[in-house]
Amino acid sequence: MEPIVKHTGNTAVLPRVNVDTDQIIPKQFLKRVERTGFGQFLFFDWRFLKDGSDNPDFELNQPAAKDATILIADHNFGCGSSREHAPWALQDYGFRVIIAPSFADIFYNNCFKNGILPIRLDEEKVYELMENGKDKVYELTVDLENQTITDSNGFQASFEIDDYWKEMLLNGWDEISLTLQYEDKIAAYEEKQSV
Amino acid sequence: MKPKTIIEKIWENHTVLSEPGKPDLLYIDLHMVHEVTSPQAFEGLRLAGRKVRRPDLTFATMDHNVPTTNRQTITDEIAKKQMETLLKNCEEFGIEVADINSPNNGIVHVIGPELGLTQPGKTIVCGDSHTSTHGAFGALAFGIGTSEVEHTLATQTIWQSRPKTMEVRVNGRLAPGVTAKDIILAIIAKHGVDFGTGYVLEYTGEAIRGLTMEERMTICNMSIEAGARAGLISPDQVTFDYLRGREKVPQGEAFERKVEEWKALATDEGATYDAVVEIDTSEIEPMVTWGTNPSQGVGVNGVVPSPEDATSSAERKAIEQSLEYMDLKPGTKMTDIEIQHVFIGSCTNSRLSDLRAAAKIAKGRKVKEGVRALVVPGSQRVKKAAEEEGLDKIFIEAGFEWRESGCSMCLSMNPDFVPEGERCASTSNRNFEGRQGKGARTHLVSPEMAAAAAVAGKFVDIRTLETEATSQS
Repeated sequence: MEPIVKHTGNTAVLPRVNVDTDQIIPKQFLKRVERTGFGQFLFFDWRFLKDGSDNPDFELNQPAAKDATILIADHNFGCGSSREHAPWALQDYGFRVIIAPSFADIFYNNCFKNGILPIRLDEEKVYELMENGKDKVYELTVDLENQTITDSNGFQASFEIDDYWKEMLLNGWDEISLTLQYEDKIAAYEEKQSV
Repeated sequence: MKPKTIIEKIWENHTVLSEPGKPDLLYIDLHMVHEVTSPQAFEGLRLAGRKVRRPDLTFATMDHNVPTTNRQTITDEIAKKQMETLLKNCEEFGIEVADINSPNNGIVHVIGPELGLTQPGKTIVCGDSHTSTHGAFGALAFGIGTSEVEHTLATQTIWQSRPKTMEVRVNGRLAPGVTAKDIILAIIAKHGVDFGTGYVLEYTGEAIRGLTMEERMTICNMSIEAGARAGLISPDQVTFDYLRGREKVPQGEAFERKVEEWKALATDEGATYDAVVEIDTSEIEPMVTWGTNPSQGVGVNGVVPSPEDATSSAERKAIEQSLEYMDLKPGTKMTDIEIQHVFIGSCTNSRLSDLRAAAKIAKGRKVKEGVRALVVPGSQRVKKAAEEEGLDKIFIEAGFEWRESGCSMCLSMNPDFVPEGERCASTSNRNFEGRQGKGARTHLVSPEMAAAAAVAGKFVDIRTLETEATSQS
């Protein structure tokens, strides 16, 4: 997994609440047996018109949102299905950071396993970022080490993150290798519980 | 000793490691696997040269992709490859699989309980968000992503932050014509689509105690639609009676010893939760959703709300967006909404009692012309049991299509879908945009309400129908 220490990139603003993983990656694209190549299907039903051309009204198709690597989203982002294809698609499309007032639990966990930093931020701060990034190219710097978000005009916010996930992302660790260091503890548990 | 909730008891029984600055490392008793969210996990194991730690605690089935007509001829090549990949992976890693030809095949959350794999006090995971279903047995069961599937295969554990606990108390008794589906839809409508985020829910109260196991599964199934990864019900005699004699539970005296263990799991008198929400059964009517998330529902005698009713700008925006997608006007009576499709099935409502309830309404009636109505049993065993009772004949006689088991039109990964712009009365769990097909409009209801809608071509209050079903809960 590619580590994240400090990330600077352009933002895309998606001011919709309860964006579910069925929208992030519709079911017809879940049949692949690979982990890669899902970016082309991200937000498929919103992003493309019936004839396959770009939907000019969709937020990610706005000129200012092209090449964005930071997604600014609204409440309960990633709700619904547990499909990890959702973070795979976001990551493959180019997103490394998602900032929202709240996330669905399973999606939030899935992000960390795929080198995406999900940041929970106060609603007012998120809406301020949305306003700043509305219809224009807007660059943010996210510093995971110091847990801050800044722009070049003086915006500053700090965010909370579990130490465990922070370490994982900073180092790009593989979680299974980490767990296998506790193999003796797992074996002891199995012995004691007779499982 | 401090009184504890069942959630705390199960958590503590399964903690392998608890260190500051980390989530807890939880042991997993049962890992269920299906074809869609597992191929990348097995591939990950292979690339790293890892084994499955406990194939004996792992069980696989195929359900999401399987066709519900001719199961032997799978026309979708990519779906076929995914199913073949599962078979190959299970063979290579030594995992028991209920493949498409197995009498045990079915939706993962239907067959787990049916086989008795699901038991009180277990920790259960599956790469599917509706794993919360198994909580009905007093198990701590939750959905995971594919990386966590791989992690569980390799280590039989998972890192989890200790969740907060929430009691969801359902007071009073269930009125005739009101079902378990209506309870959970009403709870989510009242408290919101994400009130459970960060919590494990425990459903309590007189109404819950009075439910059968299948009804309890319907409730726990939709915990995730409230944002909660898991929702459970303390086990009781109903639970033990359901499990006794099932294939994968201990038999005879060993079972009775288990029952004594399981009894001790129930939440202690005086235990406290981090949060409590309540609903009275007197508030609950047969429910119908009008929007594009499961909280956007009202009683069948209600009307489509207006964005003006919203209490926040975010909610207003959500209502506007839903009404546009659903092509509905504020103030429209729910009973005036016409439907073209009916889907009776899914891990929420495809068990024998669901099919019986729908068949009671269908019996002696006809599906309205222009309506296509599908009945998709949750498993091959449910299908067989229903056919032994003649339910298939009742449905076919009434003009319903009687299908093979699978997830089917709940998420339409297989060939069953609703065409663009058309409406479906569905017993499934999600009314998200495009869930049942691109541009399809889903209204979530109970099996009884779905069957009645098939006959009338629009939503009707089942309590006004003359049938045996109205005298039962």
